Amino acid sequence: MSELIASKIQSNPKYLQLVRQRDTLAWTLSAVVCVMYFGFTLMIAFAPDVLTQPIAADSVIPLGMLMGVGVILASCVLTGVYVYKANQTFDPIVSEIVREASK
Amino acid sequence: MKIFKNTFFALLAMIGVFASGLAQAADAAVSAVATASAVASASAVAPAAAPAEVPLNWHAIVMFVLFVAVTLVITYWAATRTKTASDFYAAGRGITGFQNGMAIAGDYMSAASFLGIAALVYFNGFYGLLFSVGWLVGWPIILFLIAERLRNLGKFTYADVVSFRLKQGPVRTMAAISSLIVVIWYLIGQAVGAGQLLHTLVPQISYRESIVVVGALIITYVTFGGMKATTWVQIIKAGLLLGGATMMAIGVMAHENFSFAKLFNDAVAAHPKHLDIMKSVVPIGAKANPIESISLGLTLMFGTAGLPHILMRFFTVTDSKAARKSVLYGTCFIGFFYILTFIIGFGAIVLVANNPEYVADLTKSVLVLKGGGSMPAVYLSHALGGDFFLGFIAAVAFATILAVVSGLTLAGASALSHDIYANVIMKGTATEKQEVWMSKMMVIGLGVLAVILGIAFEKQNVAYIVALTFSIAACTNFPILVLSLFWRGLTTRGAVLGGYTGVFGSIGLLIIGPTVWTKVLAMGPAIFPYDFPTFVVLPTVLIVAYIASITDNSESAKKERAAFDAQMIRAETGLGAEVGASH
Repeated sequence: MSELIASKIQSNPKYLQLVRQRDTLAWTLSAVVCVMYFGFTLMIAFAPDVLTQPIAADSVIPLGMLMGVGVILASCVLTGVYVYKANQTFDPIVSEIVREASK
Repeated sequence: MKIFKNTFFALLAMIGVFASGLAQAADAAVSAVATASAVASASAVAPAAAPAEVPLNWHAIVMFVLFVAVTLVITYWAATRTKTASDFYAAGRGITGFQNGMAIAGDYMSAASFLGIAALVYFNGFYGLLFSVGWLVGWPIILFLIAERLRNLGKFTYADVVSFRLKQGPVRTMAAISSLIVVIWYLIGQAVGAGQLLHTLVPQISYRESIVVVGALIITYVTFGGMKATTWVQIIKAGLLLGGATMMAIGVMAHENFSFAKLFNDAVAAHPKHLDIMKSVVPIGAKANPIESISLGLTLMFGTAGLPHILMRFFTVTDSKAARKSVLYGTCFIGFFYILTFIIGFGAIVLVANNPEYVADLTKSVLVLKGGGSMPAVYLSHALGGDFFLGFIAAVAFATILAVVSGLTLAGASALSHDIYANVIMKGTATEKQEVWMSKMMVIGLGVLAVILGIAFEKQNVAYIVALTFSIAACTNFPILVLSLFWRGLTTRGAVLGGYTGVFGSIGLLIIGPTVWTKVLAMGPAIFPYDFPTFVVLPTVLIVAYIASITDNSESAKKERAAFDAQMIRAETGLGAEVGASH
């Protein structure tokens, strides 16, 4: 990559916008996963009674089991959200930036 | 190439000899059984006195041999198409997102997670789920922060990315040391598991023979077929494992009239600890320990995101878009699989515990099984589908070990040949041919080492291996990689000091921790009271890397910070990234 292309990209407002948007999404979603998972982990550590209470009076299934499966499913859904957003929004901007820089 | 072809056929012949040896053993066993029964019927007294010959598990052997045959054909096919370094390390960068997603699942779902989580659930109930969750949540983080940038910046190893703008020598050495420690210990765990599993399922094959077979197959796959063969072994294994686990879960649910309520009620009734299996967030009988729980959580999540053989998979795809897709597929496969293992574990409580066919001694414990602690899932397959299904699941477990060990061996060999040999020792002057040759030698070396260590560790307590490998990955590879990608301020000094803090901090605290200090070394009460040191080491690594970087005012440090912009452009746009094979 030549210096010229690099400086062109760096001064392209679309590039700055891409970096800002993608970083925001990536770190937000990472934070969501961490809050979800470490929320679950902190409950294991400090409030296990909440997790082990049954979901209904006549059931043996603990609430934490649903929450654990929920964290697994949510992780799959959030990866889907990121991939969708990246395909729809970020990829077209990237190809535009690359096209403009190599002009 | 010709030499390799000849060696390939020589190895094939060796495996053939081994197979015929098996057949002889089988004949011997059959005739022994026949003689025994003849003797028994002739004397017509006390047939129980006849020697307890274990019948040969034909189904398992036929399926092992079939799997091995198919993978060897693939290896031969891959060998004819593996010419360049990029073919060898990265399958020519021609793997699609879906294929890589399967291969990621095949690389990551080890026998420890299949047999291990099922066994954790079988013994402890709900507690096993905590591992399933922890082992999955690293994946979204890999996608959001690492996968695309890694593909855009790197060539063959994650050290390429960390050393992108830093000094090659010290940074690659640190990254290679940390990778190798993770890879070698992970290999030991897999080799010991393979030996025990194969020996339990087919007692006619000894522990040592099992490990030698695994070693010979791995060396064959990886030296001849490189990443292409490794990838396809992993894809096939993932398909078999997902298929097998799905059938088991369906079998369990069919037995329970497709009612989760009935499944869990029956499990609570069948388990000797009854309702405790739904009430305990630590292993049953252990004391609750909040800090340990948090440290375990950190280790599982960030450890996943720092495993060298997993990170290596992102260099096999055509571009960053495929890298991204492959994580989505991989996460969904792995998440689905972990939910299945949970059903399998509870199914085993219902169908395997209390069953005299599987339990070692009903008068002592209704849980402890013949053949050891990793058998619940294996016996469940027998309870559901008889010898045939047991044979299938046993073959799948064996395939699982082969796939994971292949990925590990290739990752270890690439750290040695690509990072240490080509870039540190030869400083980039090695030709591609030399590098690939060196890599193949390293594969053979690591394969032999895995066999030797697997045999040496047969009787050792290897329970600390998950903690060791995941801690180093979580405390070294993951934080240093993320800092190098996102923090302009990181310098060589920060990366190297931080990295070594992670490696030696993890090892040191593990040695003085309860598992190694008290149980393995028998030195009395542990100096450091926690099994997982991540909650101390990870923050320390970040602090060390930060302070060592910001106090670094050398000229080279200034250049390294200035080079961040160019690195970022390539990471974000893929400009200058290694080109993938066209489709």
